[in-house]
Amino acid sequence: MTKTVTIAHGNGGEENNELIKKIFYKHFENDILAKSEDAAVIEDGKLAFTTDSFTVSPLFFSGGDIGKLAVCGTCNDLAMMGAEPKYMTCSVIIEEGFSTRDLEKIVKSMKNELEINGAIVVSGDTKVVPRGSVDKLFINTTGIGEIVHKNISASALKEGMSILVSRDVGTHGATIFAAREGIELESSLQTDCASLYPQIKALIDANINIIALRDATRGGVSAVLNEWARSSNVCLEIEEETIPVQEEVRGICEMLGFEAIDLANEGTFVLAVAKEDEMQAFDVLQKTHITSAIIGTVTELHKGKVILNSSWGTKRFLDLPTGELLPRIC
Amino acid sequence: MMALELKNLYDDFRDGETIKAYAQIIAEDAKKLKNPINIMEVCGGHTHTIMKFGLLQLMPDNVNFIHGPGCPVCIMPKERIDHAYVLAMQEDVILVTLGDMIKVPGSNGSLQDARAKGADVRFVYSPMECIKIAQENPDKTVVFFAIGFETTTPMTAVLVEHVIKQKIPNILFHINHVTVPEVMVELIDSRDVHVDSYNNRIDAFLGPSHVSVISGSKIYDKFPKDYGRPVVVSGFEPVDVMQGISMLVKQFIEERCELEIQYKRVVNHEGNLNAQKLINTYFEKMDLFRWRGLGNVPESGLKLKDEFASLDAEVVYKDVLPIAEIEDHKLCICGDILRGMAKPTECTIFGTACKPTTPIGSCMVSSEGACAAYYKYGNLI
Repeated sequence: MTKTVTIAHGNGGEENNELIKKIFYKHFENDILAKSEDAAVIEDGKLAFTTDSFTVSPLFFSGGDIGKLAVCGTCNDLAMMGAEPKYMTCSVIIEEGFSTRDLEKIVKSMKNELEINGAIVVSGDTKVVPRGSVDKLFINTTGIGEIVHKNISASALKEGMSILVSRDVGTHGATIFAAREGIELESSLQTDCASLYPQIKALIDANINIIALRDATRGGVSAVLNEWARSSNVCLEIEEETIPVQEEVRGICEMLGFEAIDLANEGTFVLAVAKEDEMQAFDVLQKTHITSAIIGTVTELHKGKVILNSSWGTKRFLDLPTGELLPRIC
Repeated sequence: MMALELKNLYDDFRDGETIKAYAQIIAEDAKKLKNPINIMEVCGGHTHTIMKFGLLQLMPDNVNFIHGPGCPVCIMPKERIDHAYVLAMQEDVILVTLGDMIKVPGSNGSLQDARAKGADVRFVYSPMECIKIAQENPDKTVVFFAIGFETTTPMTAVLVEHVIKQKIPNILFHINHVTVPEVMVELIDSRDVHVDSYNNRIDAFLGPSHVSVISGSKIYDKFPKDYGRPVVVSGFEPVDVMQGISMLVKQFIEERCELEIQYKRVVNHEGNLNAQKLINTYFEKMDLFRWRGLGNVPESGLKLKDEFASLDAEVVYKDVLPIAEIEDHKLCICGDILRGMAKPTECTIFGTACKPTTPIGSCMVSSEGACAAYYKYGNLI
């Protein structure tokens, strides 16, 4: 472990895991936390409980803003445990000088997204700090949801199961990069930022037995797949060609030297189901996003690892993203 | 603002059927080879493609790769990184550089560590962003820590030109630009006491296309002529690399030794003459540049011409910059890897003490380094 915390420790990948395990888990140790799920399952499996902080630059981007993100992110963490989002708290840290007009725009955006989820904000907190103490505005949201589909777990994957993604991957990360100062690409790309509970409800209503579910936020789909491979001690074999990626996302990745599968998403989830549920789950997902896809299978080839199979017959490991996502030099 | 029109620029160059077809051609042709051939891909970008797309798995036993020194981050000696660190820690300095450079450990830590300690370190996508940073921070000095091969040098030269013409008072340069042909000569010419010679191992070169977009293929003229080593200038997509390898194998079976261009869609013999002129206006060759792991290589680095010394951070900050050369960790064999003498997996600390999250050697730091590529894509399979 390095002596100081660096940006890399917040990447959702290898360094992030190390920081969490070696500092937070070490001292907060308990059975619920140790499960390391998207949301904690409490009260004998009745409720899901989660918290998340949101810092993003720029605050407003194509298809969303930090407010939408703050509601989607927390509600999605609940949805990923098969829970219907119910109650939320909202805490904001604002840099002095921040425009109240922008603040209201952000709060309105939160309201819209709360309605989609059927959740309400029941408590909150506001802090204003001197200029330079935070970057414009940070939002923390905590949510409670009622579990409607039990026993979803990252540790429950078994040989033969199928892996699906709910839509094309990497659009949020690519949109944010395209909008960053210094790049400012003209593109029609929009973030995937969206509330996922409606889709999860559709899967539950269709009687699909969801084995594992996770929204692929920081660290992207790579991080989810690696986490599942490790938690369930299985191998995930992914057919690289089947991973859906928008052309523009691919273009940005090419320019900056990234892989779409490593980029953050805010409205894309990975799903594991038994082989017999595969086609039905696929049909449900397709109703929301035509780009959803079956991307792989659980095997026992290299336990704890994710393998990408290419269409020309080669294999390689797909590792957790490491370090800060930095554009390549040449 | 620029329009994003990259659609379909790469699709055909990643086509599975085409890659398989080239694998077949190479396998058939390789049967006619009299001796095994060792191809050095000079550039880390090619190493990355070879590992990422699993091209190594498609090669017959008698076609081997030697991973060359061409990664701007990998070749940076520790003392230069220490320069960047010291400059970043100066009270009124904003240290600006490109991507991966901020992760490379020097003797006091990396630029990332300096940033965590409060230094103002920024990475940019284009050196021209330095102008905006300088304008927004008139009371600070922006030091652009310039790195890279022929590919990135013109961008630095453009920034130098702007700084001079617009009389921007608060941008300085720390130049670490290096050139490809000189280090290729070094790899062929140099001798090692432990082995017969390096030149017994490198039979041919796969030249990086982006370098030749700027410098033209002419920079490799001497390799087939004077050194008996064929060169194919190749693009970076998997189909490009497979075609480039196929072209080299064909040269061997047809007993030719030539300079060929695979990446004809952009590269020509002369290159970008405007860019070359710009580079020659502001930069000149250094007598020696010390490459990490390789030592001093004559005329392989560039520096600002003396007439622009007032823009040179190495001159302006002379009193605070360390001068001692620093050797690599003694267990690290990056030097041998960069020379093509060893594979990453032959290093005793590969994947154990030295990993992308805790890199000891430079080849593990950059995503284009041979060790990082092996670690990320190549272990076990």
